[in-house]
Amino acid sequence: MTLQTTSAPASSAAAPPEVTIPAKPAPARLPALLNRFAPLLAFVGLLILWEGGCRLFKVPAFLLPPPSAIISGAQEIAWPLWLGHAWATIRVALMGYIVAVIVSIPLAIALSSSKLLSRTLYPIIVVVHSMPIVAVAPIIVVTLGASDLPRVVITFLITFFPIVVTTTAGLLATPEELVELSRSLRASRFREIVHIRLPFALPYIFSALKIATTLSVVGAVVAEFVAAEKGLGYMIMFSTSFFKINHSFASLAILVVVSLTFFQTMVLLQKWLAPWSLPRSER
Amino acid sequence: MTDDPVISFRNVVQDFKRDDGGIVRALDNLTFDIGRHEFVAVLGPSGCGKSTLLRLLAGLVFPTAGSVEIFGLKVTEPRDEIGIVFQKPTLLPWFNVLDNVTFPMRHKYGRVTQTEKDRARELLDLVELGQFTGAGIDQLSGGMQQRVAIARALLLDPDILLMDEPFSALDALTREEMSFELLRIWTEKPKTVLFITHSIPEAVLLADRIIVMSPRPGAVREILDVRVPRPRSLASLSDPNFNDLANHIRASLFSRRAA
Ligand SMILES: Nc1ncnc2c1ncn2[C@@H]1O[C@H](COP(=O)(O)OP(=O)(O)O)[C@@H](O)[C@H]1O
Ligand SMILES: [Mg+2]
Repeated sequence: MTLQTTSAPASSAAAPPEVTIPAKPAPARLPALLNRFAPLLAFVGLLILWEGGCRLFKVPAFLLPPPSAIISGAQEIAWPLWLGHAWATIRVALMGYIVAVIVSIPLAIALSSSKLLSRTLYPIIVVVHSMPIVAVAPIIVVTLGASDLPRVVITFLITFFPIVVTTTAGLLATPEELVELSRSLRASRFREIVHIRLPFALPYIFSALKIATTLSVVGAVVAEFVAAEKGLGYMIMFSTSFFKINHSFASLAILVVVSLTFFQTMVLLQKWLAPWSLPRSER
Repeated sequence: MTDDPVISFRNVVQDFKRDDGGIVRALDNLTFDIGRHEFVAVLGPSGCGKSTLLRLLAGLVFPTAGSVEIFGLKVTEPRDEIGIVFQKPTLLPWFNVLDNVTFPMRHKYGRVTQTEKDRARELLDLVELGQFTGAGIDQLSGGMQQRVAIARALLLDPDILLMDEPFSALDALTREEMSFELLRIWTEKPKTVLFITHSIPEAVLLADRIIVMSPRPGAVREILDVRVPRPRSLASLSDPNFNDLANHIRASLFSRRAA
């Protein structure tokens, strides 16, 4: 079986050699500070540019609203209402994500344990994944009716693939010597997987789990585009059809925050549960 | 050797199926005995079947023809009498040093008793890592990691220690240091050792006997007694027997080129 993996295990996180330019004995703290706040500064700078550009070129607000208009637009809707929409999306994303993890990891264990299973199932998995999710989503909604179920299924479909592929690659990347050590101790296959293969696959699994966070939000939004009466994806559809572009942008901003929070949660989870799976600099 | 042999190979042939369906003969008609607490080095070029020989003893592969016996019993599955040290330490990065040493117990029986923990501490003292029981393994140097691997291999008190080029991933200085370490450990805890290497001086320094193998298919070229007195030390390196034997082996290994 040849599997492509999108992940990089911890050991491959080689840092490029640092180049230090012998600068004038300038205040040494300034570069350190700059280094720390550069991302924030860049972000704020971009917002200012956006705001200034919109005002300077008098871009119509229904085409591209400036940040200020997005904020004031967002305030037109009561925050419990926003919260309701956000929660609808988060719920679907989470359920799809959890189902994907619950299905994918055992599936990956099966695929990595048996050549026959892998030859049989892998093509099916690839075919399922090859179907453009946007094209399949309406069909799923028709088949499963208008409830959370089709939305969770759509989210699952977009989320499970990287988890299966990357976890399988991780399970197969266990050092051969350790597998031989396990065999020489006559340990059970179950212990071989639980004591050796799964922990060794953790750097891979966590990469997959991180990628899957953002995918699950994409899945939830795609599902809401097809059929929903609530949620941030629904809000974007609804507000664009009424040219309330600032509401769409506000929804988008909340989606970004949701995605980032979700992603960051997994980063922290890895730091907490398996710090050894991270390169030293990231612990 | 008056005792019954601990390990005996009788006309062992090992064939492997290649991916293209063809068959490679990895080992051809191997016959030798190893006695109790004997230290035997296996020397030969890469690909001559040294690791295969070790796997046969570990019960991980089974001979195409002939028989491999431990204590007079044919090897039909991995046996408890065996501890293995590999080329790379292959420790578990999520465990500290002590838990790595007790891992075979956890892995085999599902739990680690206090007795085994105490034993692991003793073994870590033996390999001079008594101060590092709680350390993470990425805090250790390559040589230290290989010492942990040796302690791990000794945990279940095997009669036979199989070592597959255990020092070849280490730098030259550490390698020499580890050879003397191993001699000391072996003196304190006598075991029957099968030590695979492709370093001639290492083999001569460590072993009672050296099995020199010829490549493709791997066969025994000669079996040599090492007549350098024990206990061995740095001084052994300048023993005339040491150099004579090393030169003899070198000539033996290179003679195949001429042939
Ligand atoms: N499981 C296997 N399947 C097929 N060929 C193998 C297998 N194990 C070893 N071989 C072949 O047997 C020969 C000896 O291998 P090995 O014992 O690893 O040599 P060494 O340890 O001396 O370098 C090599 O040609 C190798 O390709
Ligand atoms: Mg080898």
